[in-house]
Amino acid sequence: MSNDPDYKMKAHPRPDMSQVPDNLCPVAIIENGMLPGDWRAERPVVDRAKCVKCAICWIFCPVQCIVEKPAWFDVNYDTCKGCGICAVECPHNAIKMIEEIK
Amino acid sequence: MATPALKMKHPGCAQSIVCDGNEAAAWAVALARPDLVAVYPITPQSSLVEYVSQFIADGKIQAELMNVEGEHSVLSALHGAALAGGRTYTATCGPGLAFMFEPYWRTPGMRLPIVASLVTRDGITPQCVWGGQQDAMTMKETGWIQIYCETVQEVLDTTIMAYRIAEHHDVMLPVNICHDGNYLSYGVTQVDVPEQSAVDDYLGEKDVNWHVALDPMRPMAVDPLTGGAGGPGPSKFVAYRKGLCEGMQNALGVIEQAHTDWADIFGRDYAPLVEEYRLDDADYALVTIGSMTGAAKDAIDSARLRGERVGLIKIKTFRPFPVEAMTRALKKVEAVGVVDRSVHYGWDCGPLYQEVLSCLYRAGKPVAAGPFIGGLAGADLTEGHFARAIERTAQLLAGTEFDGPVWLNEND
Repeated sequence: MSNDPDYKMKAHPRPDMSQVPDNLCPVAIIENGMLPGDWRAERPVVDRAKCVKCAICWIFCPVQCIVEKPAWFDVNYDTCKGCGICAVECPHNAIKMIEEIK
Repeated sequence: MATPALKMKHPGCAQSIVCDGNEAAAWAVALARPDLVAVYPITPQSSLVEYVSQFIADGKIQAELMNVEGEHSVLSALHGAALAGGRTYTATCGPGLAFMFEPYWRTPGMRLPIVASLVTRDGITPQCVWGGQQDAMTMKETGWIQIYCETVQEVLDTTIMAYRIAEHHDVMLPVNICHDGNYLSYGVTQVDVPEQSAVDDYLGEKDVNWHVALDPMRPMAVDPLTGGAGGPGPSKFVAYRKGLCEGMQNALGVIEQAHTDWADIFGRDYAPLVEEYRLDDADYALVTIGSMTGAAKDAIDSARLRGERVGLIKIKTFRPFPVEAMTRALKKVEAVGVVDRSVHYGWDCGPLYQEVLSCLYRAGKPVAAGPFIGGLAGADLTEGHFARAIERTAQLLAGTEFDGPVWLNEND
């Protein structure tokens, strides 16, 4: 049966996608340049004077967008989606959520 | 003195065994060499996945076995495996199939050639763990190919054929092999098990993800949001939906070819779409589906001995519906009685009856038709039930119309 040592799955050459009908499984092959920061509604702003660098925000951030600075933690606004968890969790109220207005 | 062989083995047959339909399906899975099997047990499918699990434990199947927490996860795991290039298998029925629904109706749209046995079970409620086709019939508009088997041998053979059909480049659709709970799941008979090498030749090269792949060297987002009311408009969505409908229609020819090639290699010839039994000189006929057909054929034979000009039409492939083959068969008679093992709530009849009516519209001649519903909750459909159905259809031929469906097991 399938423990036959002579049986091998044959390796397939990479398919030529131009020959694959484009009405089979829906796929996207062009990378979209948008990042979470492009659709954020509110941004967290750190008050450096209040920050004691305890790293609670760094631990809680679900997308790891908190970045370490010499004396405080700050936010990478490209990848921050504005969820506000850091502002809620900060024990020193050093983070405020500010509405994004263009 | 040498004992003569009781039976010549079919060409391509490795051994003859005695087993039930669930074990026969497991043998088919072994011969098809899947890479991943994900399962969750449910009556009357349980022994099938136990056989498959045993085969994997014994090394007879070199596949990963995933025991997951429910049917939703079963099919989701198969999606990932199929996208990564694996041949996949599962089996379910009834409430398990219902729990699988969310990934189930996404599978055809992703054009993943997954094969799943439906060991058909009646729909709850009332609570019932017995056979019936209500579960499979509930799923008939989801884009899965549905093939119904009549015998245990046919379960084994068709389950292997299913991979050939599903993976054909003009089809690329998931296939349900439906076998009746109780009657085929537990019914025991002699079965010929094909040679592995012959099955390998029959199935050819495994190539399931040529159109879409989870491949770091070829990154793609699978099943992204497609335009419709929002975004770039519905044209892409329509193209995919139309493509799925085309794949379904392509399947009719592929199913026929799969059966022809099977007969050439293994010597067992099944009607792939619609079987006509003693139909050519018949005035009227029964239409049947699944394992009930055996008893129905016996009843036809008995009626023929009495001089009744009655035949039988059995449907094997229900999705895609073989409109041409069914219409061709129906045109040979003047009246049909259609026996369903499930109900169509919307039309006060069975689903097969409803589909037969659509074919009669195309037949170009008036053919009287009447609905029978029987075999619910695993009830036996005997030769006696079919004798009644034949008698009532003969009355229909003589002009006595039906007043609603005839419930064959109502007083059993």
